[in-house]
Amino acid sequence: MRYRPLRTLLSVLLIAIPVTLILTLVGLSRGMLDESKKRTSGVGADIMVRPPGSSIISFSGAPMRQGLVKKLRQEPHVVQATGVIVQQVSGITSIFGVDLGEFNTMSGGFDFIEGGPFKRPDDILIDDYYAQQEKKHAGDTINVLNHNWRVAGIFQSGKLARMVLPISVVQDLTGNTGRVSLIYLKVDKPASIDPVVASLRKQFEGYPIYPMAEYLSAISVENVPALNSFIHVVIAIGVVIGFAVVCLSMYMAVLQRTREIGILKSLGASRAYILALIVAEAFMMGFFGTLVGILFSFGARWLILTLVPASLQQAIVPDWWPLAGLIALFASLLGALYPGFRAARQDPIEALSYE
Amino acid sequence: MSEAPIIEIRGLRKTYHVGRVDVEALRGVDLDVARGEFVSIVGPSGSGKSTLFHIVGGLTPATSGGVRIGGREVGAMSDAARTRLRKTTVSFVFQKFNLLPNLTAADNIELARFLAGKNHGADPHFQDVLKLLGIADRLRHKPSELSGGEQQRVAIARAVVNHPAILLADEPTGNLDSVNSRTVLELLRDLNERLGQTILMITHNPEAAAYGHRLVHMHDGRIVATPPPT
Repeated sequence: MRYRPLRTLLSVLLIAIPVTLILTLVGLSRGMLDESKKRTSGVGADIMVRPPGSSIISFSGAPMRQGLVKKLRQEPHVVQATGVIVQQVSGITSIFGVDLGEFNTMSGGFDFIEGGPFKRPDDILIDDYYAQQEKKHAGDTINVLNHNWRVAGIFQSGKLARMVLPISVVQDLTGNTGRVSLIYLKVDKPASIDPVVASLRKQFEGYPIYPMAEYLSAISVENVPALNSFIHVVIAIGVVIGFAVVCLSMYMAVLQRTREIGILKSLGASRAYILALIVAEAFMMGFFGTLVGILFSFGARWLILTLVPASLQQAIVPDWWPLAGLIALFASLLGALYPGFRAARQDPIEALSYE
Repeated sequence: MSEAPIIEIRGLRKTYHVGRVDVEALRGVDLDVARGEFVSIVGPSGSGKSTLFHIVGGLTPATSGGVRIGGREVGAMSDAARTRLRKTTVSFVFQKFNLLPNLTAADNIELARFLAGKNHGADPHFQDVLKLLGIADRLRHKPSELSGGEQQRVAIARAVVNHPAILLADEPTGNLDSVNSRTVLELLRDLNERLGQTILMITHNPEAAAYGHRLVHMHDGRIVATPPPT
């Protein structure tokens, strides 16, 4: 390996790519779901009411009447209720419309780093991640939903959303006057959560109604439709890339070392020994490829944090390192088999006469 | 009763298939080599000398006929047994030295011990061989840092490190100048005389051939009594 440093380095880098892909994909999925969980739990609610037929991940749209909020507030043990409207802005970024008074009562209010609450009709609140990504400060203007908004305040991330507008503004802008996407409820004491949920489920059949703890625990990579399949596809691509890279690299190595293989055979090296040499080198490539891939996943995280901290969050996923390593090693060993057997079967006389 | 020859070759034939053409490299060779003998094999290119070596060393099978080494038929050996033969009984010295370029001289020698499973502990006898070969102070160098003569001495050291019964030297002085050639030939003779090493040496050079106890002429795949007219 150390005698062909460039080839070895390139091979290790190429093996590292699928490892990085897998770790980054899983890290992104988990990071974004964790961030979503954090923001949802930052609302301070005990129960979430969602529109009938809605998916667990997407909040966008406003199919529920706002009057339902008032009705739910009158339920026994319910002490607070607030409805929010969610509008997708671009890709995976959404803007939330809230009744700031209700929201502050439920969550304890935003922790402002700069500026403060809404003062003008064109005011918007953004979190520190979004401010960093867009390089905005309180008083600056941002364009969202084809409107220019004045940044009234920048709050500590971890509560509800990255961008917040008054609920009525979002409702009017999106043609959803009097409608909400989600309703958060707070009950008088923790013991009331389950009975209230049971009661609401009876009254509002078809509405997904969850205790927040149950909802948050359901947000996981496994529960996101198609994400698992996508991860499996990336793993398969990783195996194919690893296999192809190692196969090509070791095939080159065997060609380059034909004479050396002949010398080893003339000294009494067995076929198994020659095969073991090739497999051991491939194993080392897979091992170092995994290490480099893990390092690259830290690099990808740093890049994401630097460039798009508000849009994407990548978690570091050490529990996936062994699996990513096994995938790289499996692919490497698979790729080493053909060149290894070819080397082991090499005719020693031909090999010795190879120039 | 005299000791049986360490090498017995009977009716040895080898045909190579080159495309659709059959090339007869050996056409019925008979040869006995006694233990401790130094035999020089001479003959023009294409006379079958190297093929004979390759068959005796178990690197390629014969088409017909037989080679017995120490009473064991090489043709009947499995691949694994022929591999063992090269580890323990027969070793090679080549014209082009064939040292592994990325290993030091010491590592090249150590590799042969490792492959034979003998790399545990020092071998005092081998230290004497190193002194005899005059390379004890060059062992930390890579082949590219050694002269041709030094490389060939390292190759000889590697060949005898496991105390093989037979040393096959294929044109060992073919790439050396006259001074280094003489050194290498004297070393081979010393190994033969002092340690009783059986040696078969291929050479084109009559001066080199004279170092052997016996001269065997080959021509067109056969052993001939006298060298053919040139």
